[in-house]
Amino acid sequence: MLNLTVNGIAHSIDVDASTPLLWVLRDDLGLVGTKFGCGKSFCGACTVHLNGKPVRSCSVPARSGVGQAITTIEGLASKNGTLHPLQEAWIEHDVPQCGYCQAGQIMSAAALLERNPVPSDADIDDAMQDNLCRCGTYVRIRKAIHSAAAKIANKGDQV
Amino acid sequence: MKINQPRIFANPASAHLVATSDATNTVCGQINRRTFLKIAGISGGGLVLGVCLGGPSRAVASASNILASDFAPNAFIQISPDGSIVIYSKGPEIGQGIKTAMPMIVAEELDADWSQVRVEQAPINTAVYGRQSAGGSRSIAMSWDQLRYAGAAARSMLLTAAAERWGVAASECTTRLSTVIHTGSGRRLKYGELAEDAAALPVPGETSVTLKQRKEYRLLGTRVGGVDNRAIVTGQALFGIDQVVPGMLYAVYEKCPATGGSVASANLDQIRALDGVRDAFVLAGNGLTTELMPGVAIVATSTWAAFAAKQQLRVSWDESDAATDSWSDAIAQATALATKPGKETLVEQGNVDDAFEHAAHTVEAFYTYPFVSHAPLEPQNCTAWYQDGAIEIWAPTQTPDSGIELVAHTLGIETDRITLHQLRAGGGFGRRLMNDYMCEAAAISRHVGAPVKLQWTREDDMAHDFYRPGGFHSLKAAVDSSGKLSGWQNHFITFSADGQIPTSRGDIPDGEFPAPLLANYRLTQTLLPWKTPTGPWRAPRSNALAFVEQSFLHELAIAAGRDHLEFLLEVMGEPRWLQPGDDRSLNTGRAAAVIKLAAEKSGWGRPLPAGRGRGLAFYFCHAGHFAEVAEVSVDPNKKLTVHRVTVAGDIGPIVNLSGAENQCEGAVIDGLSTMLGLEITLEQGRVQESNFGQYPILGIAATPHIDVHFIQSDFPPTGLGEPALPPLAPAVCNAIFAASGHRARTLPLSREGFRT
Ligand code: FES
Ligand code: FES
Repeated sequence: MLNLTVNGIAHSIDVDASTPLLWVLRDDLGLVGTKFGCGKSFCGACTVHLNGKPVRSCSVPARSGVGQAITTIEGLASKNGTLHPLQEAWIEHDVPQCGYCQAGQIMSAAALLERNPVPSDADIDDAMQDNLCRCGTYVRIRKAIHSAAAKIANKGDQV
Repeated sequence: MKINQPRIFANPASAHLVATSDATNTVCGQINRRTFLKIAGISGGGLVLGVCLGGPSRAVASASNILASDFAPNAFIQISPDGSIVIYSKGPEIGQGIKTAMPMIVAEELDADWSQVRVEQAPINTAVYGRQSAGGSRSIAMSWDQLRYAGAAARSMLLTAAAERWGVAASECTTRLSTVIHTGSGRRLKYGELAEDAAALPVPGETSVTLKQRKEYRLLGTRVGGVDNRAIVTGQALFGIDQVVPGMLYAVYEKCPATGGSVASANLDQIRALDGVRDAFVLAGNGLTTELMPGVAIVATSTWAAFAAKQQLRVSWDESDAATDSWSDAIAQATALATKPGKETLVEQGNVDDAFEHAAHTVEAFYTYPFVSHAPLEPQNCTAWYQDGAIEIWAPTQTPDSGIELVAHTLGIETDRITLHQLRAGGGFGRRLMNDYMCEAAAISRHVGAPVKLQWTREDDMAHDFYRPGGFHSLKAAVDSSGKLSGWQNHFITFSADGQIPTSRGDIPDGEFPAPLLANYRLTQTLLPWKTPTGPWRAPRSNALAFVEQSFLHELAIAAGRDHLEFLLEVMGEPRWLQPGDDRSLNTGRAAAVIKLAAEKSGWGRPLPAGRGRGLAFYFCHAGHFAEVAEVSVDPNKKLTVHRVTVAGDIGPIVNLSGAENQCEGAVIDGLSTMLGLEITLEQGRVQESNFGQYPILGIAATPHIDVHFIQSDFPPTGLGEPALPPLAPAVCNAIFAASGHRARTLPLSREGFRT
């Protein structure tokens, strides 16, 4: 049995622990928001957080998630359903085209904002370069990250 | 483990509709006659309205009789007494935004409060909906009238119901935000309150409903966010790959890496013994690349078990009939042919030789572009459940309608035994016009007698595509002593499977630029043998021809010592339709307008620092006129930076401005990505690239600033999935020349040593 805590919920899963985390999330836990794009760490569609750090879930064995806080796109909004500022910004800027890459984009961006609340364009380039969008929504991804960062900063000021 | 989204439709109505309509009277989607089809009042009251354009009243009458007591979701609009409004979007959503745009058109004419509208994907039923496919940027153009009438007819019925209840004339009433208002008294009734009464009214004929004028639009032309955005950013199940059905198994399918090879032997016993593997077997296939090619299927209890087993699979292929295509050989052959005349002459117009003889300048050039793959980010997949001679399919496809036909052919069953659910597709770009993965899933499900989800790996996807064909153009053209373009000759070297006609989308269509604009024009062609399948890739043909033609035109402007803008406008000439009477043909006036707009917005003619340059290109395709200006810089080490791209387009009225701008931004980035570094090479019939490591889709860092401008003309609207893409490559190549003096004639630019 593999014990994983995903989005704050503990699971005991009957699966080979060497299975990539991606497929345990999708096939065993039904968390299909995390996407399969390449299976080889090239595209970022499968990005989730391990203790807040972005990882490519297609390329880490599920066992490396044991004892860690795993967060997927389904767990990014707060428990009461309030969206993460990035999710709001993504809607506001109408970022998606096909939408397939966007969960991975948002997870990478969320990790970026955690460590760098006011990223420059160059910071965004660095953090997001390997999250491929085949539809080419990069202009809006950049805008949405800046706008979410501004929103978070404003909230911080008010506190 | 059933998922809520996408919905699984029981869809009992479709069989009735198909059954009551014979082949001649199910022609929906034609706009010569319009018949409104009221399908049924839904149980508990309410209005469900379907519209069939060109469908005869006999089919309509019998359909409504049969369906009077059914709940039938196969219609466009459903208004319930509680006020909820559902609009069904009939076409496949592949990222082009149609699931938002189509319902917007209905909602505009319905005067529905968009913030209260829920959009659902319609079931597949071409008898009711007409065309249900996504290709050729045709979705909006072919559904515009149908969707407007659907909304307007429902609005008219609601308005009549309110007028009758108030005992006033309908002409005294108006509608706004899902409400009927009596203008004199200010009385109001919400649509929900009228739904039951409206459902009992006759559906008005086409002549008795008035469509809005463009200036009356409140919703169309505004920026509206995608209807699935919230579900997308919260990771809800939407896509083909997310589909789950009870008892489902997971399948992979291994085909010969060289097209046409079959299975000689495979280590099936070893595979069957692996953990989680339920079965492994050979499918002989029917030899059709569009349906089912030979291969080995592995069926397992999870995706990973199937993927892991596939890595252990050892197949010995019989390649006696397989492709041996080689891209490096093709380049060598084409290069040798470049200086020779083409094997066949396709067009000979005017006197080209005479134009060359009297030219002030002639220019010769050899242009090359490679095969490319669609590579949608969601690899091909399909869920299929065959039982008792019938099959239910869940697929991310651009052509659900033809998918049904292909599955029927593959399995040897009737189409009425097939139920297909269209799911959101993680990109299309033309790849999902093909339904090979659907046929494979169907055959595998039938073989194992269980529901299966077939999942291709990225490597499968890259190895088994219908590629944009590569091509070679040996060009010669002339400008006369007045600096005018006076003659153009192209020896086109392309590929053919049968030695007779070019491979799919490897042809130059009739009337291609600049033939209709020039007296002296010659097109010759030589075919190289080729077996690997090719097919439509975003803006088929145009995506490559634009690069060649619009770059070469710039070469001629330079040779003539002319400003490119002025030269290009001169080539377009007087405002006219190139095919008079066809408002989907190139209009030189519309062309000139977008060319001028792009030039103006980009600062054309204004000085730039050394090492920077602007490039201009125009292209017309899919009824869309687009001009683009790129501003780039090139350093001495060929490091290329694309700073800015200005897009100017005329596709008629814009439905969703946000979606339209998004498509243009995406087309620019896709165009850039492809021209910079994407190339599918083959050796011994095998694609050499296997994943994004060797097929480097552009990342965010190289994204230029993109400005999009539309001329919203009153010409019929058309789609935007494609026409903004073709001008990008020549605009960038022309800018590279302006910046550096280097003429790029080979794509991808990585072949010429450029990097970003
Ligand atoms: S699927 Fe994991 S990086 Fe592409
Ligand atoms: S929106 Fe389609 S891949 Fe990013």
